[in-house]
Amino acid sequence: MKLNSELLETNAGVLLVATMIAISIGGLVEIAPLFLIKDTVESIDGVRPYTALESRGRDIYVREGCYTCHSQMIRPFRDEQLRYGHYSLAAESKYDHPFQWGSKRTGPDLARVGGKYSNEWHVQHLIQPTSVVPESVMPNYPWLSATALDYSDVADRLRAQRTVGVPYSASEAEYAANVKQFGAAVADTLRIDKAQENLVAQAQAGNFDGDRTFVSEADALIAYLQVLGTMVDFSKVKPEDLVKYR
Amino acid sequence: MAASVPAAAEQYDYDIIKKFVVMAIVWAVVGMLVGVYIASELAWPFLNFDIPYITFGRFRPVHTGAVIFGFGGSALFATSYYVVQRTCQARLWGGGLIPFTFWGWQAIIVLAALSYVTGYSQGREYAEMEWPIDLLIEIVWVSYMMIYIGTLMKRKQPHIYVANWFYLSFILATALLHTFNNLAVPVGLFTLKSYSLFSGVQDAMTQWWYGHNAVGFFLTAAFLGMMYYFVPKHAGRPVYSYRLSIVHFWALSFMYMWVGTHHLHWTALPDWASTLGATFSIMLLLPSWGGMINGIMTLSGAWDKLRTDYVMRFMIVALSFYGMSTFEGPLMSLKDVNALSHYTDWTVGHVHSGALGWVAMISFGSLYHMIPRLWNTKLYSDKLVGVHFWLATIGVLLYITAMWISGISQGLMWRAFDDFGNLQYSFVESVAAMHPFYAMRAIGGMFFLTGMCVMAYNAYMTIRQGVREAGVAGQTAAAAA
Repeated sequence: MKLNSELLETNAGVLLVATMIAISIGGLVEIAPLFLIKDTVESIDGVRPYTALESRGRDIYVREGCYTCHSQMIRPFRDEQLRYGHYSLAAESKYDHPFQWGSKRTGPDLARVGGKYSNEWHVQHLIQPTSVVPESVMPNYPWLSATALDYSDVADRLRAQRTVGVPYSASEAEYAANVKQFGAAVADTLRIDKAQENLVAQAQAGNFDGDRTFVSEADALIAYLQVLGTMVDFSKVKPEDLVKYR
Repeated sequence: MAASVPAAAEQYDYDIIKKFVVMAIVWAVVGMLVGVYIASELAWPFLNFDIPYITFGRFRPVHTGAVIFGFGGSALFATSYYVVQRTCQARLWGGGLIPFTFWGWQAIIVLAALSYVTGYSQGREYAEMEWPIDLLIEIVWVSYMMIYIGTLMKRKQPHIYVANWFYLSFILATALLHTFNNLAVPVGLFTLKSYSLFSGVQDAMTQWWYGHNAVGFFLTAAFLGMMYYFVPKHAGRPVYSYRLSIVHFWALSFMYMWVGTHHLHWTALPDWASTLGATFSIMLLLPSWGGMINGIMTLSGAWDKLRTDYVMRFMIVALSFYGMSTFEGPLMSLKDVNALSHYTDWTVGHVHSGALGWVAMISFGSLYHMIPRLWNTKLYSDKLVGVHFWLATIGVLLYITAMWISGISQGLMWRAFDDFGNLQYSFVESVAAMHPFYAMRAIGGMFFLTGMCVMAYNAYMTIRQGVREAGVAGQTAAAAA
């Protein structure tokens, strides 16, 4: 039996197998090495999993489809450096399930929006973007600061993220490992058993939406926005340390 | 001929095809209506009305889901069931699985749309459906695969016709992509929320491997299957080159799977991966144009049809847009071009020149060809097909021209420096400058949608006419007996 077009076109099983082989190779060659090559994700200090509150904020970011208009991936160009800051590192999204790099900038990139604007600005901007940026075409999100955040299942949410590899701690041993990796202060925020407690405490202390009477969805979203791109201290990183990863 | 058509209706399962044809038209109207609405939201943001359910961010996946999977998906189910039966001269295999693919698929589109507006999304473009819907897709898709392969096995022709290779490749690739891109861990059994298995760079790679091949297989290979059946059939000519179709098929199937990384140029994805993606993107120009030439040249000897037959025109204009988009794509995959075009409206314009110009137009042509044959009548109005053709063509041209201007302007404004080396424009200045083009795009969309409504009316009248004629014929037959 000769493998030629005739054989493939008269034999459904052979056609099926040959097609399957043809379509499998590309993905295999491009995806598998990303898990195997060590230099794919930089080893760099500072990157930590999101706190319970920030993680809930991220859920809201995904829920509202913010990625349809905002990217979180700064490219290594002079204009992007001036506009947004240091180019994004792979390590900075290593705890992001899913990634939110985005593909469209109807609005600006948000990879380093953390600390750029005050909490008050964010509250106003979410309620009515044109009140602070008159030309904006972003929708109003007034319900975020008016809606209480449902954090009853936050421990389950952290547990699910732990299953996919984010080091939230579910045991003393895991907690101890986190202390070693991130320091005690961060490790405390990653405890699943204290998730609700930590969430409320951070919302109270941060007072993100300017209203301490209840934890709102805006509290969580602003806590998330304010941490974006701030984890790595680039004053301590030399450009040559990063070159080998690019 | 007249006698053979009712015989065909008995020989083949036309009922399932009719259902999918109707729903393809319904979803096209719905999906394009939502598309025009979200385009208008960008031009006139008050249209968000402070209603969470219809804000741009939640509504955009409703648009993409309804047009890609609702309209495109239903058109593919309809045409593939039509083509596989007719080219294999065998009735569909699968019994109860066949209506299940219809009801399951429609449920998926409705559930997905409902979940988006209520705030459940995986945050992955074109794969926003949460895990229970993904599981349903998996089940429906495996059923579809079984029906398709089962019917191929039953064929009375020794040779498997080329259109079927493309449909088969699309079915296999979609199963592969859908499965791996949607690996996720749910928060609980009774919640829709889940977190993706991969993170960051690996997640981005997987998503764009999926994302571009949703274009490559769902929106290209499958519609090429449509092209390889309906263009020769409607022209009454054989496919121009059999050899070219073999090259076209294997090169396309192999190469498309590599190109997704061109969506990730200059990102934190390692350079080798995106360079590889760009390399294959450029090579892909050859099979793509081979396919386009194969389609257009099929008309050689029957060029006069272009003057008289609007259905034929739809098909040939679709192929022209296919050629244009598959040239623009490799161009945009070059790193230097991508540095300008990425994140801008140029990408949106490119997608729509493919989606409206190629996918929608080849579907319109195929549906106009099929509808009279399925309901055993004549098209209600050939003139309205002409009206639809011009509305659609003008609509696409307005849309992509607007997006070219706005996309290139954005790219240039973002990177412009003044004499002192500072950024010349703030971001929001670029937003404000886009307003006229966003309005123009929305108007282009309205043209296209209006054409679609004309088609829906024409199809409705044709079907009504077909049903009436069948009723009369039935009565006559009963009276004669």
